[in-house]
Amino acid sequence: MTLLQIAFFFLSALALASAILVITRRNAVHSVIWLIVTLFSVGGIFLLLHAEFLFAVQVILYVGGIMVLFLFVVMLVNLDVAVKQAQFSRQWQLALATAIILMAELAYGIYRGHQGFTLAQTSAVPPTIGNTQAVALALYQDYMLPVEIASVLLLVAMVGAVVMAKRKLE
Amino acid sequence: MVPVSHVLALSVILFGLGAAGFIVRRNIITIFMCIELMLNAVNLAFIAFSRYLGDPDGQIFVFFVIVVAAAEAAMGLAIIIAVQRNRQTLSIDDLDSMKL
Amino acid sequence: MATHSDLPLLLLMTLAKVVVVLGVLLTAIAYIVWMERKVVAHIQSRWGPYLVGPHGLLQPLADALKFLFKEDIVPDEVDRPIFWLAPLLAFTLAFLSISVIPFGESITIAGHTIPLQITDLNVGLLFVLAVTSLGVYGVALAGWSSNSKFPLFGGLRSSAQLISYELSLGLAVVSVVLIAGSLSLREIVEQQRGLWNICKQPLGFLLYFTAAVAETNRTPFDLPEAEAELVGGYHTEYSSFKFAMFFMAEYANMVTVSCLATSLFFGGWLGPVFGPPLVRSLLPVLWFALKVLAFLFVYIWIRGTLPRFRYDQLMGFGWRVMLPVALLNVLGTSLIVAWRSV
Repeated sequence: MTLLQIAFFFLSALALASAILVITRRNAVHSVIWLIVTLFSVGGIFLLLHAEFLFAVQVILYVGGIMVLFLFVVMLVNLDVAVKQAQFSRQWQLALATAIILMAELAYGIYRGHQGFTLAQTSAVPPTIGNTQAVALALYQDYMLPVEIASVLLLVAMVGAVVMAKRKLE
Repeated sequence: MVPVSHVLALSVILFGLGAAGFIVRRNIITIFMCIELMLNAVNLAFIAFSRYLGDPDGQIFVFFVIVVAAAEAAMGLAIIIAVQRNRQTLSIDDLDSMKL
Repeated sequence: MATHSDLPLLLLMTLAKVVVVLGVLLTAIAYIVWMERKVVAHIQSRWGPYLVGPHGLLQPLADALKFLFKEDIVPDEVDRPIFWLAPLLAFTLAFLSISVIPFGESITIAGHTIPLQITDLNVGLLFVLAVTSLGVYGVALAGWSSNSKFPLFGGLRSSAQLISYELSLGLAVVSVVLIAGSLSLREIVEQQRGLWNICKQPLGFLLYFTAAVAETNRTPFDLPEAEAELVGGYHTEYSSFKFAMFFMAEYANMVTVSCLATSLFFGGWLGPVFGPPLVRSLLPVLWFALKVLAFLFVYIWIRGTLPRFRYDQLMGFGWRVMLPVALLNVLGTSLIVAWRSV
């Protein structure tokens, strides 16, 4: 086993364990912290797959932005009541079965599709330019319009969030 | 090298965990976090394929997924604050005023 | 590319660099605290620490011992794991970003050329920004886990403040990246050989430094720990060594921010170099240290002279002044860069 594989298995185990903790913790703040651990380990796997730029985006945007927002809201709302309430819905057996069936379906789909690509295949062509440059070139040349649309989407979301969270609209 | 099948397997399990949490939990905030979990599982699959096809387009998709996740988090959390203020609860079972 | 036989040596070298940098940084932090007390005292016509050692030079040692031997009080209703995690997180993150800062060019010992930098990431600046964006967790979690109102207010205030000023900080850094065309700190420094970036980006520097002071929770932006209104802010409930970790994290952050300001705007280790080979390779480190020290002095000077902002003024300033100016600065810089490359 190479160093890369050990790192991969360690990160996946960490991601799965913390993901399970995210959905089972009673206290939402603990859930947030475990989700951060999951995001970090997934980001680590991004790094193993040579997506350095997206690793940085994952940490700066996801962990440093979105999760801070989560933490902020969790701190603002009253948690004491929520902790004492029942955590799981009544049909949890059914829900769990559904989730397992979903996983099985996806796994089957991947298994059936494995003729389309070699599963053990390594990268086809070694990258000639750095990851950040490659992403930047694709982003600002091939996907110019989607980037603009995404920025408008963010603006709309920002205005919407401000309107929603405002106490009273006169 | 890590084979693409391993990464895809991890992505599937993560997605399943997110989906299970989404259905099972009652607290809106945790449900929201489960959505983030699922989005991340999808991102992982995108990056795995991008890596093995040697094409940065998959990473562009991940970038857009993250942008949408940010927009969604901002809106969703604003809604949660509004719900908490009007109904004093975060449990989805209590938000049933539309029920007959 | 390192071959297999080189790997142990490389690891050993990196380890040695980490140990040296950590040692220097910890000592530096201890004496920055001493310097701060002395400078502020002289600004206020006092003597400052004078009793322990000549001119109070042994005061940091005494402080450290005191922190170690004080009783570690953990209040009853705290969330214990997070109460432990928060100072650890603040401390680790504060020391993490120093690893990509280049202190000098390189030094040659026994035929091996050792770059004076722990790691030269080609996305070094993104790494620093990532670590900075995580800094908010230490403070926010400390405030929440203490389960007490003053720390919670401090934590919430600081989360809001750090998020708001991080935007301006990032945009100020972006304008430097636009000029340099690289995210590697080493390359950014190398490109300033002719002219320091401060001449090309005076506005960017002002924005960076203001945002950086806010990011490190220093006066006049020290609302998260405003003693007069919030008792001690987010670390009110902390004592003994856990408090010392927050304390050290704050000063380590100051050092990091100053190092970054030096590298981005003031030519890093660049300066007149002369003399025999050994002096030649060590002089850049001296220039670097002197520039960083100057920044730290400005920090203390600001603390000694400016009053604290009111909270609404702070947020208003961040969003209505800093952010638009930073955006305009990026716009202007990119226009000039684009115009010159045509």
